Amino acid sequence: MIDPHLRWLEAESIHVFREIAAEFHHPVLLYSIGKDSSVLLHLARKAFFPSPPPFPLLHVDTTWKFKEMIAFRDRVASELGVNLVVHVNQEGLAQGIDPIASGSAVHTRVMKTEALRQALEKHSFDAAIGGARRDEERSRAKERIFSFRSAAHAWDPRAQRPELWRLFNTRLKRGESMRVFPLSNWTEGDVWRYILAERIPVVPLYFAKQRPVVERDGMLIMVDDERLPLLAGEVPQMRSVRFRTLGCYPLTAAIESMAATLEQVVDETLRATRSERQGRLIDSDEAASMERKKREGYF
Amino acid sequence: MLEGPIAAAPKSVAFDKPPLRFLTCGSVDDGKSTLIGRLLFDFAAIPEDQLAAVEKDSRRIGTTGGALDLALLLDGLEAERQQGITIDVAYRYFRTATRAFIIADTPGHEQYTRNMATGASNCDAAVLLVDARKGVLPQTQRHALICALLGIKHVVLAVNKLDLVDFSEEVFSAIASRFAEFAKDLDLSSLVAIPISALIGENVVERRGNTPWYGGPTLLERLETLDVSPIARDAPFRFPIQWVNRPHSDFRGFAGTIASGAIRRGDRIAVASSGQNSKVERIVAFDGDLAQAEAGTAVTLTLADEIDAARGDVFIRPEQKPPYVLDQFSAFVVWMSEDHLLPGRSYLMRIGNQFVPAAVTSLRYKLDVETREHIAARQLELNEIGDCHLSTSAPVTFDCYADNRPTGGFILIDRLTNATVGAGMITHPLSRAENVHRQFLSVTKEERARLNAQKPAILWFTGLPSAGKSTIANLVEKALHRSGVHTYMLDGDNVRLGLNRDLGFTEADRVENIRRVGEVAKLFVDAGLTVLCSFISPFAAERRMIRTLVAGNEFIEIYVQASVETCARRDPKGLYRRARSGEIRNFTGVDSPYEVPEAPELRLDTEGSTPQELADKVLAWLKQHGYLQAPQDKSA
Repeated sequence: MIDPHLRWLEAESIHVFREIAAEFHHPVLLYSIGKDSSVLLHLARKAFFPSPPPFPLLHVDTTWKFKEMIAFRDRVASELGVNLVVHVNQEGLAQGIDPIASGSAVHTRVMKTEALRQALEKHSFDAAIGGARRDEERSRAKERIFSFRSAAHAWDPRAQRPELWRLFNTRLKRGESMRVFPLSNWTEGDVWRYILAERIPVVPLYFAKQRPVVERDGMLIMVDDERLPLLAGEVPQMRSVRFRTLGCYPLTAAIESMAATLEQVVDETLRATRSERQGRLIDSDEAASMERKKREGYF
Repeated sequence: MLEGPIAAAPKSVAFDKPPLRFLTCGSVDDGKSTLIGRLLFDFAAIPEDQLAAVEKDSRRIGTTGGALDLALLLDGLEAERQQGITIDVAYRYFRTATRAFIIADTPGHEQYTRNMATGASNCDAAVLLVDARKGVLPQTQRHALICALLGIKHVVLAVNKLDLVDFSEEVFSAIASRFAEFAKDLDLSSLVAIPISALIGENVVERRGNTPWYGGPTLLERLETLDVSPIARDAPFRFPIQWVNRPHSDFRGFAGTIASGAIRRGDRIAVASSGQNSKVERIVAFDGDLAQAEAGTAVTLTLADEIDAARGDVFIRPEQKPPYVLDQFSAFVVWMSEDHLLPGRSYLMRIGNQFVPAAVTSLRYKLDVETREHIAARQLELNEIGDCHLSTSAPVTFDCYADNRPTGGFILIDRLTNATVGAGMITHPLSRAENVHRQFLSVTKEERARLNAQKPAILWFTGLPSAGKSTIANLVEKALHRSGVHTYMLDGDNVRLGLNRDLGFTEADRVENIRRVGEVAKLFVDAGLTVLCSFISPFAAERRMIRTLVAGNEFIEIYVQASVETCARRDPKGLYRRARSGEIRNFTGVDSPYEVPEAPELRLDTEGSTPQELADKVLAWLKQHGYLQAPQDKSA
């Protein structure tokens, strides 16, 4: 039995999902394999039961995801029988863009932001459902649940529509689209409490385990495969680490933790004083960088 | 000064109820950011790394001489940080040991009524900040009134900066009673005034001993214990159908969120607009069927019988007080767009899950939100609030906002730009129109049309001044008359000299001009006539509005096309010349826009054909589409 607080959040998210199904022609769920995506997918199954979710899942693959993430993704897709679309920016791949040589800013722009735009345009998706939450980062505190994007996928903070009650304005002209965030009012703690209460499967990387890491600029980077060039004198060490957030492995730092079970992770999250995005190297590239990325069409 | 964070355990009682949603409002410099910052600090809702970013920004662009500037943490967007303003509602989350909260943080600038209304629409309570040195300001009253209009029943008046008035009980009491006097007819369920100092933390989370004369709760205690048990649970059952779930032919479920009341398996329910009814067979949920469900729950209902119901319809329980199903009502409208609200213009209304064209039929007055005076007005500007009568093109199901927030609020959408331009709270139904029209009409439009042996319609000629609208319309009317069709011609000249002689050429007057012409044309169609209307009618919204007045095939839009240059060359009345010299203002094509029809039934290019050829083209179209019957039918 989930508690009344989670039940309230769940009902709001289900309401948003049904609104998407009723109002858009080609919605898609942006499935990033992380814990928020797992919760989104679970909520979508609830919202439309006994029908399956009336939209495919889209994974924008940068080819630098942790191996365990890809394995988890493929298992979920086959077990739940959902329609999974995987998109890779082939041009970016051909140009040899990678997070290490090209740097995180270029890699993110080409392999995530541009790749997402390619995929949305290729399939004419008019609503893209994402797991972003308002508690994640300060520019997101003002994000709408239904976030309007121009035909160029641009997010203009001043063009956003006021959201009163639950009377969402879903109207679009040709080429325009909506990003929709059913988890807007959830906090990181809520996500973990819900995963615990509903026993939702998540990637094992969220749980502490001995993993090979190197320490760079105070960040713990996991050596997931042989593509991570080691600096002079660097020797991977086995440490008990886990991830609060999952992205491309060279750009996502682990935290030292002993939380190996769901209960322990929930407990640790509710006591945490560092924000989860802190492990994302791309956010601190420059001041207000998340807002800029959003304007360009990043999630 | 900052205490260690107070963490809540996973099984905390804080999760035993939904989060309390409250709004914070105050004027600039009332200390709102400091107050919110303190709550977030004390309850560990500001992660270290975000704090570090703010410290960096404080040194770079802060207004506090390098000390930690909390406003930078709260003002989320780069654009507004650089300009030192806040332009929108931000949502913040924190949790104490006993309750979880969502703060809707709205800026205090005078002109941002729109944001306050948005934030307030989803809140249960409001914290109004007042600077103890300044007392109750006009803005304070404005904020209180907007909260009350949006249905907020619980207000906490936080009299801040008490440290700057030596923690004076007299100052606090004077402000508290002055505000209580103002608020006494705002219909609040609770109003509590609390003397605080956000800066030193007095009476925010705990008492620091500076106000021994104060025996009431701290701000946080007040919020933690506030009972906002929603009226929604005891209200009559309302279930706006959101989505019909039809995985296969054996299952037809109606998915939606219960707006108010409760439902049990076996209860009788009905569609509000049609009265069709059935019994609830199952309340379907992913984890297993439910025996009952109440307000706020997202469920799927299946019924014992096949009934006609779709998204937009509202299920009710027949034994309870029914909602209104009407096309006219009165409401307070908060205007949110730079483009003024014009009475008569057609907007798209969303109420519940119903989308329907709607217009303000009369703007009774606009509200001075500081003095509460009623001011006569012909249009509503950004951030103004008006008491309006509205009319929808089809009946909608609704309750009064005071009785039921989810079924009594609506938004208005601009039909051209799709922007959300207004929000409204229904105050009461209007049923005069029902009583006046429908009871006395025993001869129907169809019967009159049959007597005339014609298919009535509005032929709407639109185009720039001097494009040739009246010339072509005259030729068409002559030909129709010759073939025995009963016609009437409405044009600028015969309407402006009589019916509309009180109107000028401002945008508002142009809209009203066209609205009246549309209503007259509608009456003529009702009388069974073919009406030719020749009007510049520059705005697409008005032409669309008239289209919605009559049946689908009764409005024929004819775009009489000519370039501005051609029209100016023709210029039989010398109007373009006078407009270009500035002698005439608001002249369409010169200093006032013309919105070209996107999908007219007919487009007449006057630059390649003679007026007679174009009139023949109209007649041929009418014949082809069955508006001109063959002569032998006439005798039937």
